[in-house]
Amino acid sequence: MTKSADRTPKIDVRVTQIVDVTSEIKRFRFEPTDGKPLPVFAGGAHVVVEMEDGDTLRRNPYSLMSSPGATDAYNISVRRDPGGRGGSMFMHDRVTVGSLLRLSHPVNLFPIDRRARKHLLFAGGIGITPTLAMMSELARYGDAFELNYAVRSENDGAYLDQLRNTYGKRVSIYRDDQGEQIPLTTLLAAQPLGTHLYVCGPGGMMNWVLSTAEGLGWPAQNLHSERFLAPPSGSPYEVRLAASDLSIKVGPHQSMLEAIEAAGVDAPYLCRGGACGQCETRVISFDGTLLHNDHYLTDDEHAGGQKVMPCVSRFEGRELVLDR
Amino acid sequence: MTIEFNTETFRGDFTYHNSAEAIARFPFPFPEDKYMYSVNIEPHVSFRPGSVYEHPFDVDEHYVSEVADRALVLNEDPLRSQSLPHMNLAGWDLLELLMTNLSESYPQWFELHQDGDRWHWINRPLGIDDTFTFLDNTTLPYGPMEYIMRQTQGDYALLDQRDDNLWMDAGVITTQADWSLDFDIGMNFMEWHGPVPLAHELGVFERALKFLLNLRQGQPVRRLNWTMTVHPRLDTSPENYAKWGVDRATVTPENAGEYMYLRVELQSLWRLPRSNAIVFPIRCYLISLQDLVTIPKWGRRLHRVLRDLPDELADYKGLTMTRPSVLQYLSQFDDGAQTSAGTFPD
Repeated sequence: MTKSADRTPKIDVRVTQIVDVTSEIKRFRFEPTDGKPLPVFAGGAHVVVEMEDGDTLRRNPYSLMSSPGATDAYNISVRRDPGGRGGSMFMHDRVTVGSLLRLSHPVNLFPIDRRARKHLLFAGGIGITPTLAMMSELARYGDAFELNYAVRSENDGAYLDQLRNTYGKRVSIYRDDQGEQIPLTTLLAAQPLGTHLYVCGPGGMMNWVLSTAEGLGWPAQNLHSERFLAPPSGSPYEVRLAASDLSIKVGPHQSMLEAIEAAGVDAPYLCRGGACGQCETRVISFDGTLLHNDHYLTDDEHAGGQKVMPCVSRFEGRELVLDR
Repeated sequence: MTIEFNTETFRGDFTYHNSAEAIARFPFPFPEDKYMYSVNIEPHVSFRPGSVYEHPFDVDEHYVSEVADRALVLNEDPLRSQSLPHMNLAGWDLLELLMTNLSESYPQWFELHQDGDRWHWINRPLGIDDTFTFLDNTTLPYGPMEYIMRQTQGDYALLDQRDDNLWMDAGVITTQADWSLDFDIGMNFMEWHGPVPLAHELGVFERALKFLLNLRQGQPVRRLNWTMTVHPRLDTSPENYAKWGVDRATVTPENAGEYMYLRVELQSLWRLPRSNAIVFPIRCYLISLQDLVTIPKWGRRLHRVLRDLPDELADYKGLTMTRPSVLQYLSQFDDGAQTSAGTFPD
């Protein structure tokens, strides 16, 4: 089983089903290996899937698309992306039924806004996955919603029949190869006051939907878009711990703090999120760039290069020496 | 663990009392001999069996009497429990969080049986045996938040997250250190912390807010806060200031050990799965100074902390009038000896 490099709680799962949804998209069903219920999640949430690819620990975020109430299994859909960092190719080519993977707990950076009088959803391509869970939830609570879903073609579109059968007129599908386009301006102009808009899809589509809505005077608070928080990762680098007389390597998906701990050096910490200041560490010298990701140090301190918060910050360059 | 639940009051004749076990497990908040604000947040993980940190939600000997006091407050003033319409789902999240955790931590007292949406809840100390439909408000005698809060020690605020801020949009607040849900409802994080002195200049709230906006499901955090109260009164609310404010004038060096209580709040913060709201439990622990000084380290340290506390902080915590008497009382127990690091007794 994959050895996690960090201390956040994880869920061990077994792949119990893989379905070819389209020629490019596969759906994976994950069930917990310990048989306990999975954490409840809400529409819009994602998990980070950890994949052990040789010596590389890959971590990719994927939206949960199953029904939010279901705690026996999670479903995700993955589109094959030959130009990506390799996670989707690993999922498509190496993961089989029975494979063991490790998940983060669900994280929701794309939540439903409960103040909305109506929910207007836009999806493009694989961006349909979070909206599937959102609609399942909205339908359960009896909330007003509609989906506008753009796909390349009938064959390339994922879950088209399922959507038509389940939600009927609340779903409109637009196929590029048929010359169909979302009548965005007309749609946005016709919405009742209090409507909230959600969009998930290719960058160009998200920008088009959001900027059109802004141009029509929609309040910024009513516009929601999916943004994945990339796991705090980067290139590997070395750190010299002067007080401990040790040189350590920080892996691509490991924090400096985790690497310090892995070397057996007792370092202070509290929040592990760059806010509390407990792990503040003095920088003795460096030749390169400190990548500050914390909320604790001031802009001047970031520029000064005298301190670093190893729980979230990274380094690029030749040498970093810490007073630890 | 077996506990006898105390029969006691938090008003009137103030029969509240701590057993020897309760004194030993009191969450003394000062790890060193001085105090200043900090973002003292740490992961809310279990440690030290028997301590208040063993279980996610601590239930102690005061449980039954505290819940009875809450019912009195809610009956007198229904506005202590408020939930804006968009927070109903967060209320169900909270009910689920408490029922699942309490039944796991204390199976001798609490049982939860789930058959799909049909839930059966047994609370033995309070004699409750209810069956209801999850997410259906009509199957409970109160809204989901108030229903479970009437069976819970400590105040709970539900914070909605939107527009890169947190909004106090629901809660049940009956054991508070002089703040009002009715006043704060609908305010955002920076607004409701407006009155706190010094901390804004230190940037404490900006950092804390950024941290909380990133709070993750399954990774709750906690911190301790503290103040002092005359008598073991849970409901020190602005609404009832006339009933308790005057008590401060009755404190003398002779009675301070009996009258004055250190009031510690074990606060935790949890991301809720369905609503994406944050729940903020504020669990209040009270200990009289005469009980506290039975732990010599605590008596020495509290004397030093209060003696050196900046005036602005003493004033904000409402200690200005009582501090001289308290210091005179505590000085008897401070022989100047060095104290060990950390909060636990030696």
